[in-house]
Amino acid sequence: MNITSFAPLAVVLPIMGAALTFLLIHYPRAQRAISIAVLTLTLLLECWLLASVWEGGTAAVDIGGWLPPWGVVLVVDQFSSLMLVVSSTVSLAVLIYATGQGMADGDRDAPVSIFHPTYLILVAGVSNAFLSGDLFNLYVGFEILLTASYVLITLGGTGPRIRAGVTYVVVSVVSSVLFLIAIAMIYGATGTINMADLAIKLGDLDQGTRTLLHVMLLVAFGIKAAVFPLSFWLPDSYPTAPAPVTAVFAGLLTKVGVYAMVRTETLLFPGDALNAPLMVAALLTMVVGILGALAQSDIKRLLSFTLVSHIGYMVFGLAMSTVAGLGAAVFYVAHHITIQTSLFLVTGLIERRGGSSSMDRVAGLAKLSPVLGVLFFVPAMNLAGIPPFSGFLGKLGLLQAGVELGTPLAYALVIGGVLTSLLTLLAIARVWNRAFWRKPEDAEHPDPVLLAAPADSATGDRAGKTNVTLLPRTMVGSTLGLVVFGVALTVFAGPLFRVADQSAEEMLDRSSYIQAVLGEDAPVPPVPPAAQPGQAQQQGGGK
Amino acid sequence: MSVNLTLLAVMGALYACGIYLILERSLTRVLLGLMLLANATNLLILATGGYAGLAPIFDKDTPAEDYNDPLPQALILTSIVISFAVTAFMLGIIYRTWVLARQDEIQDDAEDRRVAETPSFDAEDDSVIPVETSEFPLAMVGSDGAGTNGTAAVMSGGRPMRADKAASEEQPGSLNVDPRPEGGEE
Repeated sequence: MNITSFAPLAVVLPIMGAALTFLLIHYPRAQRAISIAVLTLTLLLECWLLASVWEGGTAAVDIGGWLPPWGVVLVVDQFSSLMLVVSSTVSLAVLIYATGQGMADGDRDAPVSIFHPTYLILVAGVSNAFLSGDLFNLYVGFEILLTASYVLITLGGTGPRIRAGVTYVVVSVVSSVLFLIAIAMIYGATGTINMADLAIKLGDLDQGTRTLLHVMLLVAFGIKAAVFPLSFWLPDSYPTAPAPVTAVFAGLLTKVGVYAMVRTETLLFPGDALNAPLMVAALLTMVVGILGALAQSDIKRLLSFTLVSHIGYMVFGLAMSTVAGLGAAVFYVAHHITIQTSLFLVTGLIERRGGSSSMDRVAGLAKLSPVLGVLFFVPAMNLAGIPPFSGFLGKLGLLQAGVELGTPLAYALVIGGVLTSLLTLLAIARVWNRAFWRKPEDAEHPDPVLLAAPADSATGDRAGKTNVTLLPRTMVGSTLGLVVFGVALTVFAGPLFRVADQSAEEMLDRSSYIQAVLGEDAPVPPVPPAAQPGQAQQQGGGK
Repeated sequence: MSVNLTLLAVMGALYACGIYLILERSLTRVLLGLMLLANATNLLILATGGYAGLAPIFDKDTPAEDYNDPLPQALILTSIVISFAVTAFMLGIIYRTWVLARQDEIQDDAEDRRVAETPSFDAEDDSVIPVETSEFPLAMVGSDGAGTNGTAAVMSGGRPMRADKAASEEQPGSLNVDPRPEGGEE
């Protein structure tokens, strides 16, 4: 029996954990132990899955013994298993952070008893979306994770969270309805919703119908992935949630949208004429997002805008639809999940230590808490793409692929990418200068916590007590773990990039996926010629 | 594939009303709009199954074309359950909004409004920092060997003042900053 037949456990384990933690709702200790144990188990399983497809290849699991074109199928390949491992690592770190916060605060701020089951359901939904080989199952995965996220974003039911939650829920439901309409139309046009089967049958449709279906899916996923101009909801709704919730949303939810875009683009609609509009959307996402970040004075909102902006890089890699571009995009997704989550976790710590996440109020943290400085500095430089970090490597890969493609639009994207990277550095440097290097008394409205501290620092015993209560070890430890994981992505970038490139090659080739799902003798339609760089150039020039 | 025209017309009406309602500012209407959209989509899925046929219970003598397509109905069932859960949650949120704010309207993001109204001039980034043009810093050693400690007097705001004080006065957030707006009478 192959390890890949255990793939459904990546979804089932968290769901069972959720049921168990829900039963133990009055026993917070047991809840913590169970949810951490369940996520650790899931992570180990997913590492094993990744190891089994590390050298390439695709494996499909038929759920309930129903054969593929009819039954639901889960597909494990390099891309999906890599995403699973990265997302589970991130969610485990955030879970430990959240339990640390819950223990330190005595669970008074939020009904944390509901947090654990909901969080595990969220993880199950994310895993389901990554593994799904069936369009409707992908929709179900999205709905699982979205419904869990509705609960998490309004956790505690305070005024600002409810206000932000309403926007978030309405926007998400509208995008889900769009997705469902697209699924219905695809089913009406082809009579199947299995992705491998669709890859064969969509090719027989006429160009107009196919473009319509393609655009509908892109818009639905574009809302979820926060691609400009569909990104307006994100900076509004994310920052008000509790720090660990914002962190896990920023890391995972938009990336599930990006994942769905990558899957449908490569598998269902390869070589369609929408690459040029996608590139324009990517450019606007990058530039508009980062300009928004520069205007913010709240660190969480600033990071939400950089999140939107950096989605543009992934869409750029996807829109090139070359092996180099797609491979770099895969690597960039893995990098960005980790880094963006660590930054939001550190911001949670800044909020605890400095009393606020507003740049008008926090100051002087470098002196108060050097650990916090290091924890912020490493992922921040990583995000901005300073060599030698993985952010630099991912961007370099994208830029190289863009130059290789050589169309005018690709060059515009390359320039936009460099500009966005520099502006990210500017935005991050503003945070650094103000929150870490500025003297507390120079801040516009310094927080009382910060002004009180220097008095003790003269005697030298400040580092002892206040820091421990303000920065619990579990929270600092889990953040540190995630930062180290981000650095590990840099250290092992060589093998990772190889896997990313290989997975890009397999996705663009499609034969491995289709044959794994439908059997060895399934007909694999040839990759349409527009996927070739030469053709793409004509399209890019024509636009 | 053939479809039922009545179903299509109802679906169109539901979509139209739904879209109209979600553009309203009242949350209850938005919720009603979302429900209409979800149900219109269910009808759309049903329509993709074609004309109604026999129940899909296998019988050797029935030709395959006579069966109804069961898949769209399975999809609808799932989507009904999902929209039910989301509707219940939305109702909870709307009630909570009512309890907290006594209003049924979508509220603006206060922080977003604040950022939009912030002038482009940022006191910290953009204010003129007194540039030290002299080759000798203020804390230079006087000719007699004693530190001057910036006690040199400069004219600031029309009155003589110690240089180090004058410099610190320029710093935003400084305690020495005159609370009066610039240009106020001395």
